[in-house]
Amino acid sequence: MPRPADRGSSLYFTSPQYRFTVPPELRGATREHDVVVVGAGPVGLTAALELARHGVDCVIIDEKGALHDGSRAICIARHSLEIMQQLGLAERFVRKGLGWTHGTSYYGTRPVYRLEMPHSTHERFYPMYNLQQQYVEQFLVEATTEEPRIDLRWQSCLTGIELRGAGATLTVQTPLGAYPLRARHVLAADGARSAVRHLLGLKLHGDAYEGRYVIVDVRMASQYPTERRAFFDPPANPGATVLVHKQPDDIWRVDYQLRDDEAEEQALREDNIRARVGAIVQMIGETAPWELEWWSLYKAYTLALDDYRHGPVLFLGDAAHLVPIFGVRGLNSGLADAMNAAWKLAYVIQGLAPPALLDSYSFERRGATLDVFHNAARSTRFMTPPTRGYRLLQTAALSLAVHGPATRPLINPRQSRPYSYVDSPLTTRTAHEDAFSAGPVAGAPLVNRRLDADLFLLDLLGPGFSGLYFSDSGLIPASLRAFFEELSVAGAIFRPIVIARHADEQAELVSPDAFAPYGAADGTFYLVRPDRHVAARWKHVEPDDIRRALLKTLGN
Amino acid sequence: MTPPLPEADLEQAYDLIAAAIDRAGREYEALFLAKLCLVLGTQLDSLETIVRAIRTAEQDLRERAPPA
Repeated sequence: MPRPADRGSSLYFTSPQYRFTVPPELRGATREHDVVVVGAGPVGLTAALELARHGVDCVIIDEKGALHDGSRAICIARHSLEIMQQLGLAERFVRKGLGWTHGTSYYGTRPVYRLEMPHSTHERFYPMYNLQQQYVEQFLVEATTEEPRIDLRWQSCLTGIELRGAGATLTVQTPLGAYPLRARHVLAADGARSAVRHLLGLKLHGDAYEGRYVIVDVRMASQYPTERRAFFDPPANPGATVLVHKQPDDIWRVDYQLRDDEAEEQALREDNIRARVGAIVQMIGETAPWELEWWSLYKAYTLALDDYRHGPVLFLGDAAHLVPIFGVRGLNSGLADAMNAAWKLAYVIQGLAPPALLDSYSFERRGATLDVFHNAARSTRFMTPPTRGYRLLQTAALSLAVHGPATRPLINPRQSRPYSYVDSPLTTRTAHEDAFSAGPVAGAPLVNRRLDADLFLLDLLGPGFSGLYFSDSGLIPASLRAFFEELSVAGAIFRPIVIARHADEQAELVSPDAFAPYGAADGTFYLVRPDRHVAARWKHVEPDDIRRALLKTLGN
Repeated sequence: MTPPLPEADLEQAYDLIAAAIDRAGREYEALFLAKLCLVLGTQLDSLETIVRAIRTAEQDLRERAPPA
């Protein structure tokens, strides 16, 4: 990560240094681990913490002895905060991150589009938080260190992988020599230049885009609120675009596109970066002095593996797919991968689901990637028009948007939103689906709802499957109650949440207002997966309905 | 007035017109766009709509250099 010539380290962040500790394998142990996670980035750490939450041990290996350098991914979506809440970490993110709800796009210096992210009093979290990736990693590493189920091994570099029938043997290079590490399952979360991917000879497929961006972090004191600002053809970067984001610690992210006629080598010289950033800072009306933190060159890709499962190996995050930055879907979709892979793996390892459940990981998360590609390709074509036709239309759309609303939807950056597993083999679409006039469809993530001053629906979810049962009286029919108890005993995988319409001494949770947003009547039931996606829903449910849907969502 | 084009259709139209401009090529793009305007114009029900559209499109036309 290039930094100014007179300074080799960050202006504001010093990574902890993580020591190498001698693993049992270097003392001759040959134990086969349930799971080895390759890569202690945000995605690998999240997967490990989710495995631990389900009671599964794992080893993480990472070649580094410190956190990643540079702020990298900076926009954390609500869906990701909800993941952090499940891991018990949301508070740290909220305290440090900068929440935001809107953005403005400019043509030149005139506003042409107002981005309003979906937000309401029924959400616990803002639609987006800006937070440097090294803080995300720091919070996750801290949590990992407190978790006895996770054995995090730094300075441990993957140099070989051999697949066996039902497992893999990894070769791990350390300061004290190499050792074989045996695993029944491998989670490859080792990033864009994944060693696992290379060692297995697997290739990403997809498209590369024309546009090149210089990404710069600067330190600058400013009172400007946190929002996304995008400038098309601004005076400080004529003929190209600029993006500006605020981060904690007075750090600002400035992304500017290079024009087609600009040579990369020239553009990446420190004096040229200082000149361009200076012009942008002046353009946005800032007068305080600023300092360069780091910079790098970025090109947009939509690349993915054809299958995210390769025998005992599941690929997660950038190891599986590379997406353009404009929709802030890189880290956010990686975290969703981690949750999806981890709960399925945990259920398979614990014998609660057949190994076939793991195939659904690729189906669901590759589907999510293709959806990201579709949206990202569109916003990338608008941000960096690939041809003259697109350039003319971009200019026309922006020029018209100054005076009227007709073309403004075209400027929407289509920010990250969670994907729905509507077509997944794990999702049950019941005959009741059409009878619902509101609420998340089967496959969609469960939407949040404020139940009290500081109590939200998602706060109540259990670590495994949860069930929302809507009841006028707060009572559950005896047959259903017996079934819920049976499920809870069968492996502590189910938590019922009963929402009552009327206050009753039996009712724990009375919220008549919560019925309408979920399209609920007396007897309505939502079956919710460990990753908060709705597996199925019924207007009126019978125990056998739930039994069948549960079997299906566990890959039977 | 007719209701506005649904957003998804507007986005598709954007892609289709961009691709058609590229197919026409630099030399013929103006002619193609003129033909497109006439085709669309003949499908409108009033001259007033066309006059308004021309005025809208002329706004800020020379405010900045056209795409190179």
